[in-house]
Amino acid sequence: MSLAAETPAASETILRRNLATFTGNRLAMLCALIVVLFVVMAVFAPWIAPHDPNETDLFRRLQPPGWMAGGEWSYVLGCDALGRDILSRIVYGARISIFIGIVVILVATTIGILAGLAAGYLRGWVDMLISRIVDILLGFPYLIFAIGLMAMMGPGLWNIIFALAYKEWVIPARVVRGETLVTRELEYVEAARALGASRGHIMLREILPNVLSPVIVVATIRMAHVIILEASLSFLGLGVQPPTASWGSMVADGRAFMLEAWWVSTFPGLAILFLVLAINVASQGLRDAFDPRFSE
Amino acid sequence: MKDALLEVRDLRTVFETRAGRICAVDGVSVAVRRGECLGIVGESGSGKSVTFASVMGLVKAPGRIESGTIVFDGRDLRGLSPRQMRAVRGRDIAMTMQDALTALNPALSVGEQIAEVLEAHDETLPARGAARRKAIRKASIEMLGLVGIPSAETRLRQYPHEFSGGMRQRIMIAIALACRPKLLIADEPTTALDVTIQAQVLELISDIRAKLGMSVALITHDLGVVAEHCDRVMVMYAGQVVEEGPTTEVIGAPKHPYTQGLLASIPRPALRGQPIHPIEGQVPDLIGLAPQCRFYSRCTQRREACLAPVEMRAAGPAHNARCILIGGDEE
Repeated sequence: MSLAAETPAASETILRRNLATFTGNRLAMLCALIVVLFVVMAVFAPWIAPHDPNETDLFRRLQPPGWMAGGEWSYVLGCDALGRDILSRIVYGARISIFIGIVVILVATTIGILAGLAAGYLRGWVDMLISRIVDILLGFPYLIFAIGLMAMMGPGLWNIIFALAYKEWVIPARVVRGETLVTRELEYVEAARALGASRGHIMLREILPNVLSPVIVVATIRMAHVIILEASLSFLGLGVQPPTASWGSMVADGRAFMLEAWWVSTFPGLAILFLVLAINVASQGLRDAFDPRFSE
Repeated sequence: MKDALLEVRDLRTVFETRAGRICAVDGVSVAVRRGECLGIVGESGSGKSVTFASVMGLVKAPGRIESGTIVFDGRDLRGLSPRQMRAVRGRDIAMTMQDALTALNPALSVGEQIAEVLEAHDETLPARGAARRKAIRKASIEMLGLVGIPSAETRLRQYPHEFSGGMRQRIMIAIALACRPKLLIADEPTTALDVTIQAQVLELISDIRAKLGMSVALITHDLGVVAEHCDRVMVMYAGQVVEEGPTTEVIGAPKHPYTQGLLASIPRPALRGQPIHPIEGQVPDLIGLAPQCRFYSRCTQRREACLAPVEMRAAGPAHNARCILIGGDEE
């Protein structure tokens, strides 16, 4: 190790040092780039998609991809049973997947952080209450309960977000509670109390910044999970309703024509695969960077 | 005692544990006068830290204050609400922690940590906006300058891991002193530091005490530190005060066998080549103590009368000790 590595530059935080480790991991960076590409695709969908995703054209029903006989390069991934361009629908479908993934994780992480901090720092009956709720929710099978909720509330974007977030928050909550239990006993928390800091101040200002690293890692890993769950709900017809494009429902649409028109299901399936894989590998990289046990 | 800034009377702090009830502080009375430095000496577990944690209202469960009064600057601290108590901590009484290496938050810059105390307590700051930020920054730089940290402006942006141990101790003192408290409780401020830095930090505390006219309660187990820096000293043993008085008297003519034993066990150049005389035995278990003199089992001068409860006795005008040998009254 060079001397420069041992004496960090001014105002270098642990967070920043971890990020430097992360950016040094090539595979993780490549995957992070793929995730960014998906996000860009979702945000700029109207400019990127070659066609209107909902425009039907029965003359193009089940038209094969551009490179196959009967295909056209302007409909490069082919068309579905209603003659809609699959590429355009995948581009628009990314909006749903990524939006739901981000919103569910944001909501769940915020609730989870607050619940975890309260349980871990205040202890007593607050901890009892929150921990029991967490235990109970962990006992519910995720997808089955989400299906039940969706059946009860009816389909819709915000209903999906609720059906996924209601349980997702317990994961960051448990992580934060555990970290808080350790951190609250450290001297600097005691020192803050000795300087007259209030409980809210200690939780949000003294403890939170020190428990954030594992939460960021968990949030990214779980985001991949949430995207799969949304696709599953849409596949089962409980998610976003037609004609809005969603990867899960696109896979479901193609089921009936698997043998004659494999492209209808395959391409949205691949989109799910690539996005989830990229998020997972990128979050592994994050974990390696943030968790001291995994660094050399 | 007249002119007392902090006056603690008959404080009892107990811990209810599964093994039984531990009386960590048993009837302790302390007074800290304005502008003085009181040294509190004793072995680990003698109740020094718990006494002052009680003063700050920071005794952790399962511990609680059972009885006693704590009067600070004319106010009864035990009667304050948690909110009022928070306003006292940091502004009127500040405390530095034992371990400087872990007492600073690793996720916040040093400047932010000083600013927090000022934000919480300093009422002379402008209400809000750029003027307030500027005033906080100026006060922070001033504090770092006061504790002798060079190029304070750039140092404010740095994080604790970028400072050495001695510097972190100084920063902790700067944070503690940011609101000019009337009393600084320094809980073993030098344990984690090497000897040369220890001297610097203690010198610094003495200097600032003179400059700001505050009182200091210096908790330590180093009698040398006490001899050099404290006006008065209080020796604690197994939850009780066993001797208190002016430093020169207590160090020069200790009355309690425990204090005598402590002094005899310090190596010094004049006694080169001779064996050191440690105090034999161990501190008694604080669970289920008999009402006898607590030092009985280790005392070289013990006698039958020591099996009865022993009260503090006057050994001089301001010098008291908890031993029946004082005053010739040996029964």
